[in-house]
This record gives sequence, C-alpha cells and structure tokens, in this order.
Amino acid sequence: MTRTARWIRNGGISTLVFLIPTLLVFGLFSWWPIARGLVLAFQQTNLVEPAQWVGFGNFRKVLADPLLLTAVRNTAWFALLALVFGYPAPLALAVFVRELRRGRALFSVLAYLPVVLPPVVAILLWRVFYDASDDGLFNTLARGIGLGPFQWLQDAHSAMPSIVLEATWANAGSTMIIYLAALSGVRTDLYEAAEIDGASIWRRVVHVTLPQLRTILMITLLLQIIGTFQVFTEPFLFTGGGPANATTTILMLLYNYAFINGDYGGATALSVLLALFLGLLSLLYFRLTRRWGTT
Amino acid sequence: MSDRGIISPADRSRPLVRWTLGSGQVVILVLLALAGLGPILWLAKAAISQPGDIASNPLGLWSGQPQWQNIETAWTRLRVGPALINTVWIALGNWAVSVLVATTGGYALAILRPGYAKFVNGALLATLFIPGVISLVPLYLTVIDVPIIGGSLINTYWAIWLPAGASAFNVIITGRFFANLPAELFEAAKIDGVGNFRMFTSLVLPLSGPIIGVVSLLSIIAAWREFLWPKLVLPDRTKQPLSVMLPSIRDNVQVNLFMAGLLISVVLPIVIFLLFQRYFIRGAGLAGGIKG
Repeated sequence: MTRTARWIRNGGISTLVFLIPTLLVFGLFSWWPIARGLVLAFQQTNLVEPAQWVGFGNFRKVLADPLLLTAVRNTAWFALLALVFGYPAPLALAVFVRELRRGRALFSVLAYLPVVLPPVVAILLWRVFYDASDDGLFNTLARGIGLGPFQWLQDAHSAMPSIVLEATWANAGSTMIIYLAALSGVRTDLYEAAEIDGASIWRRVVHVTLPQLRTILMITLLLQIIGTFQVFTEPFLFTGGGPANATTTILMLLYNYAFINGDYGGATALSVLLALFLGLLSLLYFRLTRRWGTT
Repeated sequence: MSDRGIISPADRSRPLVRWTLGSGQVVILVLLALAGLGPILWLAKAAISQPGDIASNPLGLWSGQPQWQNIETAWTRLRVGPALINTVWIALGNWAVSVLVATTGGYALAILRPGYAKFVNGALLATLFIPGVISLVPLYLTVIDVPIIGGSLINTYWAIWLPAGASAFNVIITGRFFANLPAELFEAAKIDGVGNFRMFTSLVLPLSGPIIGVVSLLSIIAAWREFLWPKLVLPDRTKQPLSVMLPSIRDNVQVNLFMAGLLISVVLPIVIFLLFQRYFIRGAGLAGGIKG
C-alpha cells in the first residue's frame, strides 16, 4: 500500500474536509490580510495603478506627521485616565460583593448592565447627558451641588476625561466579573490562618487576597492597556477628534490616513508601528495567562 | 468547600463589622442601581416624552402624557425597524459561520489531529498575538477584491460574516472543550468502525451544547457591538445595522424620536442578557482568561 493510499484509508481526506472552513476563513480574512499589511506598509498604492515599493518611506512620512505626536499623547492620556478611573473600582467592588452572603447575583447583574448596551447606543445616549446647555442632564446634576455649567465635550480640557468616564462606566462591569471569577479560586484556608494570627479584615485583603490575585490583576492591566491603545468608537462618535485635535487618538489618525485621504501605505505603516508595541504587550500577556492557567 | 471569605462568622457577629457591611451594601446597591439601571430608565422615559420636556426638565420623574407613538414613528419613519432587522440578520450570519468554523476546526485539530495540525494551531495562535489593528486596512482591501474567489463583497453581509468566523479564540476554546471529552468514547467509536463524519455528527455535536452556547453568545454579542467594520463595508444605507445607521441620523431628527430609536435597539440585548445571565457571566470570566 502506498503512503497516499494509507493516508486516505486513515481518513486523511475527511480530516481535510473538516478543516476547509477554518483554512478558508482564516486564510482569506486573517492570515492573508496580515501578510498583505506587512507588505503594504512598504508600498504606495492607489488601487488603480500597480503598487510601488517605497522602502521605509511610509514609516518616515508617518513619523514626521506632527499629528502623530498629538495622537500618541492623547491615546496615552486616555489610557492613563482609564486606569485612574477604572482600574481600582471594579476590584474593590468584586472583593466586597464576594463577601456578601445574599444578593451577589443582583450586584453582578446591575454592574454588568452597562456592558450589555451596544457601545454606539451608550455613546449616543451619553452625548445627550453631556449636553453643554444649562439644562443638560449632567449640568442639572452639577447645578444641584452648586457647580457648572460645564462644556464637557466642547472644552479641550474636559473632553477626554468626559469620554473616559463613559468608557469606564461601559466597561467596569466586565472587569468586575473577571475578578469575581478569580476570587472564587482564592484559597480560603489562608483566611482562617490569617485570622488565627490576628490579622484584621483589611490586612487579610492586603496580605491574602491581593497577592493571590496578582496574576489576574496583571492580566486585566495589560488587557486594558491593549484595549485603550486601540480606542476609536468613543472619540469618533463623541467629538470626532476635536476640539482642536484634543481627542484624536492613534486609531482615529489611522482611519483618517486610510479612509479619508486614501493613503493605505501610510495607514498600514502606522498600524505596523502600533501592532509592534501592542504585540510586545500581548506577548507578556500570554506568558502570564499560561502561568495562570497552570496554577 | 465552605463558603467562608475574608470576613469570618466571628467577625460578622461584631457590631462594627455588621454595621459597616450592612450600610456599605445599601450604599453600593443604590450607586450600582443608579449607574446600571438609571441610564436605561432615563432612556425609556425620554423615548416616550415630548421633545421639549427632555430639554427643559431632564431630571423630571414623569412628564405628562406618554407619547407611545414615538416608538412607532422611530420604527417606520426613522427606519429603525429595518436597521434592527439588518442587525439581527448580521448576528445570525455571524453565529452560523462562527459555530461552523469553531466546531469543524476544533474537531479536526483537537480530535482528528492530523500531522500538520501543529502548523495550523501555530498559525491560529499567531493571530491571537497579532493585534487586530494591523489587518484593518488590508482586510478592507481584501474585501474589496477577494483573492481566489474574485469580486467585491462591499455592500454584502458576507463582508461581515466571513471575517467574523476567523476568531482563533472560538476555535481554540472549542478544541479545548472537545479534547476534554472522555477519550474512550472516541476510541470505542473508532474500533466500531465509525467514520470521521459520523463521529462528528452523532458523538461530538450532541455533547458540545455548552461550548456551542458560549460561541453563539460571543458571536451574537460581537455582531451587535460592531461599529467601524460594518460602517466601512456597508455604505448602502438600506443595508446598515443600527450601530451604523443611528449615528448618521442623529443630527437630523427630534431628540425624543432619536431616544425612541435608541430604546428599540437596546431591548433585545437586555432581554437576551437577562435570560442568559449565567452564560454571560461565565463567558466574561472565561474571556478574561485567554482572550487577546
């Protein structure tokens, strides 16, 4: 019997048939675009004439764009604000909810509700809340405690924090659920030992709970940074990048390159640069998840 | 295992701890209800208000006669109804393609394990490492002129359905699930001379309810949330889903009708969430573990 005949007899063909959907979908819409992106970053094309090789020309052009520095700064500012607003709160909430003996499900459902709303709907709704007139919802609330009225999205200083506030509200629930899942794996006998040693409740949180959550805390931190560096929908729909480019993020710049100016080479060069940075972060993330998965 | 947490039963009997826990619980519950439920209730109220009431008294608890006809006007005149149907259609296609790819791919890679499986697995894992942003522009160019098949997918739903199937996360979690099924089942079937196809349809699929549930939920939610991609590949207004159509009409319609449109578009996600809470919450915990 030849090797091919044996391969067919052992179900080689049917195995391949099962792989066809995967190979086709990933081949055409994942592997090919990634490969093409790497090539395109070194080309200039208008889709009509054949593409021209330009070496590192696209990278030089993108790096020389004064808006790039603005976009990087804005994106980093977004990421930092998102950490300050949104990193500690879900953790504190999860630790607290875990201690409840009744009603845990109710707390989880309420916290998760904003995550369920489609992002576009949530953003359009918050745009109404951020109405800058005296009678806007948030301005009415602010007046109640003797503040405002604020220009929320129209002011270059408050636009980004306003966007981050909505993004935090929209995402905090899912992080909290991740922490709750992780907390159910914390070894409870250590609490007993700590209590016998006379550790207060607060010290038990700091010295028993948090160290055991170390890896998952690192993971959510990286996930959040990777996510915030690709932020697009929020600034695009809230402010369109304004006022005066105060909320133009890296991905919005990329969008403008590709779909406003038709500069596909420049856009892919920018995405390669961003992907290199994020790739390093996700490499770190995968090393951590593997460790997390085995312990 | 006992349900003890940080706070022991002995702590709970101390008045200070009891009081702090109790009042903390109430305060947090109120804050969560305000943040989680408040905006949705406000939206529901605004959707059946007069436009003037939303502007002049945003915090008013109730504003006169409920304007039920707003919902109908938004559905027909603002074309929110057709856009909702488009969204459902996109979600169904995403679901079908994702489940097909995840189950067949997971089965081939985790159970049948041909010699080249490790290369395919490696290529799948690589897509998890590589951030999606790198392929946005080339994916768009691919969809404009698809290699091998030829032609453009612009203004067809295939432009959304097919790339949605290319989720390495789905294939990998499905494969892991299959790999954890008892191996004796497959060995016994093989000895009985059951072929690869019958093994898939009569052994693997009936056992894979839970994982198909997770993949279904993830793919349907993703379809509902997507904004940029459908905006790029569906320039035809009559084909656009809610997420693309709503921002485009915002500036030209009365605020109460617009709120009615937003309300229509959140009803299904909220109902699905309340029905399948447990899966959502399990899925979110799972996604934190492996998703990139």
